[in-house]
Amino acid sequence: MNYRTQQKITRICWIVGLCALAIPFVFPFLWMLSGALKGQTDVFASSSLVPAKIHWSNFSEVFAYQPFARQYFNSLYIAIVVTIATLFISSMAGYALARLRFGGSAFILLVLVSALMMPEEVTIIPNFFLMKELGLMNSHMPLILLPLFGSQGVMATFLMRQYFLALPKELEEAGRMDGLSRFGVYFKIALPLSKPALSAVGIITFLFSWNLFLEPLVFVNDIELFTLPLALANFTDTYGLPLWHLQLAATALAVIPMLIVYVLAQRQIVESFAMSGVKG
Amino acid sequence: MSAVRKGPSLSLKTREAITGWLFVSPILTGFLIFFVGPLIAVFYYSTTEWNLLSQQSRFVGMANYVDALTRNETFWDVLVNSLVFAAGLVPLNMAMALGLALALSKSRPGAVFFRTVFFAPVITSAVAWAIIWTFLLQHESGAVNQGLSIFGIDGPNWLHEPDWAMVSVIFTRVLKTVGLNMILYIAALQSIPRDYEEAARLEGANGWEIFRRITWPLLAPTTLVIMVITVVGSLKVFDHIYLMTGGGPQNGTMVLAFYIYEQGFKFFNTGYAAALAVVLFALILMLTIVQMLLKASRK
Repeated sequence: MNYRTQQKITRICWIVGLCALAIPFVFPFLWMLSGALKGQTDVFASSSLVPAKIHWSNFSEVFAYQPFARQYFNSLYIAIVVTIATLFISSMAGYALARLRFGGSAFILLVLVSALMMPEEVTIIPNFFLMKELGLMNSHMPLILLPLFGSQGVMATFLMRQYFLALPKELEEAGRMDGLSRFGVYFKIALPLSKPALSAVGIITFLFSWNLFLEPLVFVNDIELFTLPLALANFTDTYGLPLWHLQLAATALAVIPMLIVYVLAQRQIVESFAMSGVKG
Repeated sequence: MSAVRKGPSLSLKTREAITGWLFVSPILTGFLIFFVGPLIAVFYYSTTEWNLLSQQSRFVGMANYVDALTRNETFWDVLVNSLVFAAGLVPLNMAMALGLALALSKSRPGAVFFRTVFFAPVITSAVAWAIIWTFLLQHESGAVNQGLSIFGIDGPNWLHEPDWAMVSVIFTRVLKTVGLNMILYIAALQSIPRDYEEAARLEGANGWEIFRRITWPLLAPTTLVIMVITVVGSLKVFDHIYLMTGGGPQNGTMVLAFYIYEQGFKFFNTGYAAALAVVLFALILMLTIVQMLLKASRK
């Protein structure tokens, strides 16, 4: 056996092995789609991946069962608000912690970093009473405030600080010479230079908010105010048993647009997560 | 910003300090209100008992902790379950992530495609992922058991037998999160200079020796970060449990994060749930400190 054939065999083994490993990653999405297109009775009756008859009506039933469009919109606008607010607040704080000298900055950094890993389950009970006190129960405010100021916002601040630290100072100093204020330097010079960090933090924050589940579960009661994850968990009949065909149709509606965006912006999304892990 | 513009009466240093505090004040204020405050409050709540009828709480000292440690058997089950979950998830997740990263870090044709596939569950919501897998793991007619029956295997009722339920939750959670660790490992592998491997090859080292003596030691800092992230992630698992098993059957998958939720928001045992949250806090704090010590000992 010569070197070329050996190489070829190794390559084939490599591909076959990876394909086998990919099965539990790919098939769930295919079965989701298949179940979404089957009727209530043949979701389980037929074991075929391809539906015998395609039930497009599942998708319209999803919208009839609960205000799904409204819930979709809720998730979208909350994620956008959280992302924009996080980008602004965290980059500003990150900039100060990287560039400005002021008493207490080292201490602030230490306190923030020590919160990086704290799960929201630790503080959810006092936050429940706090939101009640503030009259924010059954509203979207907790879903905006908690990611913004909890460990997610802290991580964004930390990532932005690390990025600003690595930027060359010269441009900012030139900006100061030209009479820009500190805020001007931050806003007009440092921010435009940190687009890679901003997009990474933006992507991670958006997905974090989009996928949030515990907070909506605790703080939101009205079906009109539900976010997508909460809505997906809510497709049950009167006995509390899942209505699989509807649940899978709704899941497909929630998942597929994200997958399309992911495939299109694959490189950028993956790099954002790589950056968060390397720096964190 | 008005303080900054007051002009020459303030020294440059003072002005910089004021600007610094102004810049951090939004996140700092929110952080104090929605994180530090609640963190302090959870310790207070853990010493009280909430009465549903009178809608009042009373001070009970350490009773909630004593309750958990001595009288409530579920608490020990929950701790054991959380440990089993972490002990099952972390090694499996990390070994798989490293294996995939080694297979996909070099730019072969197809590598990007497979990376995209293995990372896809990471951006998918945990709720969606758990719903789909609950569907696949149904007893009689689920796709997994139908697949096994092709090979003549009679699959168990995955989510309704305590041990298999735990296996199911661990496995689906690994599939959901392994892509992230894979990406972190790939980033680390790609930052190792090629010369090291080439020099070792010239010296006659084989693939395993190169991995053992060069790659693995150089990956150590990444391995540490990944381990801590993964252990913490396993302690906060909630969505999967809520949707796939509800902590059951017979508390077989009742882990700490889910137990806190159930006690706090289903049974309104606020004080007891707060004491559990303090236990979770202590576990995470311990992990954070261990990580810092390990990091410091490397330098």
